[in-house]
Amino acid sequence: MKILLVFSTLLAVTCSEQLFVGDQVLRITASDQEQLTLLRVLGEQEELQVDFWRHPTSPGHAADLWVPFSSLQPVKTFLESNSISYSIMIEDVQALLDEEKKTMTKSRRTERSTNTFDFASYHTIDEIYDWMDTLVNDHPNLVSKIQIGQSFENRSLYVLKFSTGGWNRSAIWLDTGIHAREWVTQAIGVWTANKIAKEYGQDPSVTAILDSMDIFLEIITNPDGFAFTHSSNRLWRKTRSINAGSHCVGVDPNRNWDAGFGGSGSSSNPCSETYRGPYAHSEREVKAIVDFISDHGNVKSVISIHSYSQMLLFPYGYKRAPAPHHQELNELAKKAVSDLAAMYGTKYTYGSIVDTIYIADGTTIDWAYDNGVKYSFTFELRDTGRYGFLLPSTQIIPTATETWPALLDIMIHVLEHPY
Amino acid sequence: AAMELPPSHYPAARAAALATSYLCYRRGGPGRGLALRDVRRARRQDIDGVGHKYHLELVLEDVLDKDSTVNCTAEVLYHLGNKHIAPDVQFTIEGELKNTNEADNIFYNRIKSLEKELVAENIPDSHGNVSPELEPIHLLAWVASGYVIWQNSTENTKFQLAHVKHVKQVKRSDEYLEFDYTILLHEMVSQEIIPWQMTVLWHPRHGVRVTQASRQPKH
Repeated sequence: MKILLVFSTLLAVTCSEQLFVGDQVLRITASDQEQLTLLRVLGEQEELQVDFWRHPTSPGHAADLWVPFSSLQPVKTFLESNSISYSIMIEDVQALLDEEKKTMTKSRRTERSTNTFDFASYHTIDEIYDWMDTLVNDHPNLVSKIQIGQSFENRSLYVLKFSTGGWNRSAIWLDTGIHAREWVTQAIGVWTANKIAKEYGQDPSVTAILDSMDIFLEIITNPDGFAFTHSSNRLWRKTRSINAGSHCVGVDPNRNWDAGFGGSGSSSNPCSETYRGPYAHSEREVKAIVDFISDHGNVKSVISIHSYSQMLLFPYGYKRAPAPHHQELNELAKKAVSDLAAMYGTKYTYGSIVDTIYIADGTTIDWAYDNGVKYSFTFELRDTGRYGFLLPSTQIIPTATETWPALLDIMIHVLEHPY
Repeated sequence: AAMELPPSHYPAARAAALATSYLCYRRGGPGRGLALRDVRRARRQDIDGVGHKYHLELVLEDVLDKDSTVNCTAEVLYHLGNKHIAPDVQFTIEGELKNTNEADNIFYNRIKSLEKELVAENIPDSHGNVSPELEPIHLLAWVASGYVIWQNSTENTKFQLAHVKHVKQVKRSDEYLEFDYTILLHEMVSQEIIPWQMTVLWHPRHGVRVTQASRQPKH
């Protein structure tokens, strides 16, 4: 064929290169069926090593063709001699890649220090895990990182330990992000970890707490779910464990605890958002915390952070009967929400889970409470539904700032009421 | 005989949320949204053979100006029976709501003069951002979702708009603006995310009207 003859005379010997220096992307528009056929044949010439990024489909519609530097001359000559119109869309592919790489490296470099980490935006799991390492590096005498287990998809479950020494001191446990889509909570976890580290030695209350007690903070309690909210479904709630016999994935980690497990406050359907799981503690993410707290033996408070609804809740969720310490917990909640509201006027309601929000079985704080952890609370952070789970990142710092005094109230009360 | 309810407990909270959604639908627009700030008082009356009637005293806030609040009384009647009938809602707002004529007219004229029909998606984005030009579109969805919420509420549900997946303007020959929305509702009790399609009409003087709404399959 005439076309092949043209190519063989014009083709230079190509040596394969790792880089894309001088490679171009051409935007080509075939005007009729004949030109379309010619284009397709062009793409099939192996020695040219061209590649359609957008295939020629019909006359008049643009096709995008990546052409290695060594094939530019023969390809352009071919197009021109057949009167096929084209333009140069990317003049140098390598230059474009270099520019992109520069931008990405720059933004990664600026976050390498805890002082320049952007607390006012939402981050990925890798960014948060990297930041945790820098926090430990910046405060080596106060903060350490512990791995308590692995998620279903084998991601590490990390907990930050804040301690000024001692051995097996009384401890406060905080977790954020157990429900993946509640993004403001992981963000608050990061901010609060930073705040605790910063305020030790500065703020009298934080100093008093850490001089006698340890704080454990698990920022990404459900890493598989969190990764899924970034990659696939921003509104994913549950874990990502596979359910035998069902195409539906995931268990609600806040219905999987062994406290009133299996009642009407959770679902037996794997496709449900409140699916309890095949049995209590079936989820690795939950079991890791159960084992950690049980083995520790000296945890005095569990504070589990969720969003949204603007509530401060305490046990029970699985039964109507008031918890034995209802009055004390209620009073403490009242004070905490009052101090929270003092910051920006954000109004919270408070009470037991079952009275305030709904009946819920197998929750984190019911398990903690029934296992001897008196001061067990759940926060439901901003807002009340205007943005819900999609809380604007501009509200991260105000939410963190107002929640901090409420957290402090609870921690101070725990410190001052040993048991 | 009406029973006093704790305002912070869920029975009052659910009725209050429903009343607010309905009220927002009736009074809201691309330039005005009303949200529940506080439940002052709540009572429940069980009417034999009819249903449960809630008497509520609420404080509402303007979502575009949080310092602007207004008091409101509402009655919500959830009907008995297996066949679902939308609850009856009546309300009285004390005082005047802020005038939004100027913003409404600007938005109306802007959309009317678009050459190509407006199309948008993913509002807010994952980070909660809404671009300024799309704020009225987002607010209109929030207001209109009040209709869907009202029609589908029971004493065991609490709905909020979670996300606008997609919106497409439909050009009309009359004076109304028409938008075809695909939204996601979040139901608090079951924690489910439910897709819904709704056709929304709006005019600065005639308010918001949902002419058609249908629940969509989950996947």
